[in-house]
Amino acid sequence: MSDSNAKSLAPTDWPLFEVFIRSKQGLDHKHVGSLHASDAEHAIALARDVYTRRQEGVSIWVVPSKAITASDPALKNENFDPMASKIYRHPTFYDIPEEIGHM
Amino acid sequence: MYTQAIDTDPTLRTSAASDDGAAEDAFLARIADDEKIEPQDWMPEAYRKTLVRQISQHAHSEVVGMLPEGGWITRAPSLKRKEILLAKVQDEGGHGLYLYAAAETLGVSREQLIDALHSGKAKYSSIFNYETKTWADIGTIGWLVDGAAIMNQVPLCRCSYGPYARAMIRICKEESFHQRQGFDIVRALCEGTPEQKAMAQESLNRWWWPTLMMFGPHDSDSTHTGQASAYGIKRISNDELRQKFVDVTVAQAEFLGLSIPDPALRWNPARGHYDFGKIDWDEFWRVVNGQGPCNEARMNDRISAFEEGRWVRDAASAHAAKHAARAVARAGALEAA
Repeated sequence: MSDSNAKSLAPTDWPLFEVFIRSKQGLDHKHVGSLHASDAEHAIALARDVYTRRQEGVSIWVVPSKAITASDPALKNENFDPMASKIYRHPTFYDIPEEIGHM
Repeated sequence: MYTQAIDTDPTLRTSAASDDGAAEDAFLARIADDEKIEPQDWMPEAYRKTLVRQISQHAHSEVVGMLPEGGWITRAPSLKRKEILLAKVQDEGGHGLYLYAAAETLGVSREQLIDALHSGKAKYSSIFNYETKTWADIGTIGWLVDGAAIMNQVPLCRCSYGPYARAMIRICKEESFHQRQGFDIVRALCEGTPEQKAMAQESLNRWWWPTLMMFGPHDSDSTHTGQASAYGIKRISNDELRQKFVDVTVAQAEFLGLSIPDPALRWNPARGHYDFGKIDWDEFWRVVNGQGPCNEARMNDRISAFEEGRWVRDAASAHAAKHAARAVARAGALEAA
């Protein structure tokens, strides 16, 4: 076994993990914050102590922060503004005669 | 627990002079529109520096704030009080972590932040440099110190920097428990024997003025309030928050049958607020600048806790490396098979 030769990171180089919590069964996991940990298993243990002290969750995901690809904030307008004019995508755009009632 | 308005870095007074003017204008317009600034957005250097200083001071205060209370965990008068105090101190550690994580989004490392605290370069709230001599002090800290912290922190939930605002929302939810458990301790003492009530009064006498100092210098003497409020970091001034705190606390002290140690304290119907006596700012600056009753002890305790915990962090690193190596070995064996 090469265990004793395994190269370990200095604690100051522990990678950053993003933490996601499912608040209850049936709901989505939601981002709650981030923390440094030696590995993913350690990150789960720390996330439990830091983010679920008051039963905030029933399940935890941790994801290495560097695995996340984000959209470019500078492209916010060109990415998202065009949808503002497409209000026909929403059901409230359409008039339904009163006689029809709920549809 | 709390961040204190002690701004001592003169380089920040010239704020954005060196930054790109048009970008700065667009940035200020976003702040004026109440938009949140996120880590990847452009921001003036002065904004980044102000936030790093304020958030890290705040994080340090949470962590150092564990020390005055930690000493009472083993001496709490009942198992119930011990469990509550443990939970509270654990929360403070958690608050420190939320805030360090928020500061790190601004491009500083945890190591730099902790080094700044341990080397004495970074400040933390002056209140934690006072002694916790009696059990009543644990009650008074929760009731007054955490009460003052909530006053200051609720407006920070709306501050312009997204990660800081989100950390503050989580902290404020938990802080309310801290204040109530403190009030509950003081109330139990006030409803107890005359000696217990005297202990509560003596504690209030020592903590009242340092608590008022927590809100920081008067607005007229606070160089950074203008800049921080233009940046949407500070929403309500030091003096306004202090007044609000005095106004709500007087009635609570009356309920408890305790007297606030200020002969000048009286209701002013014209202002619709309580007037109160002069704060000893010399004491404030003495404590901020290192001459408080416990500055040295707090830093020694903090540094030795960090050093004595080093083997745990090293062990976690070694454990992770061992498991990673085993996973690689397993994958190699499968491939060979």
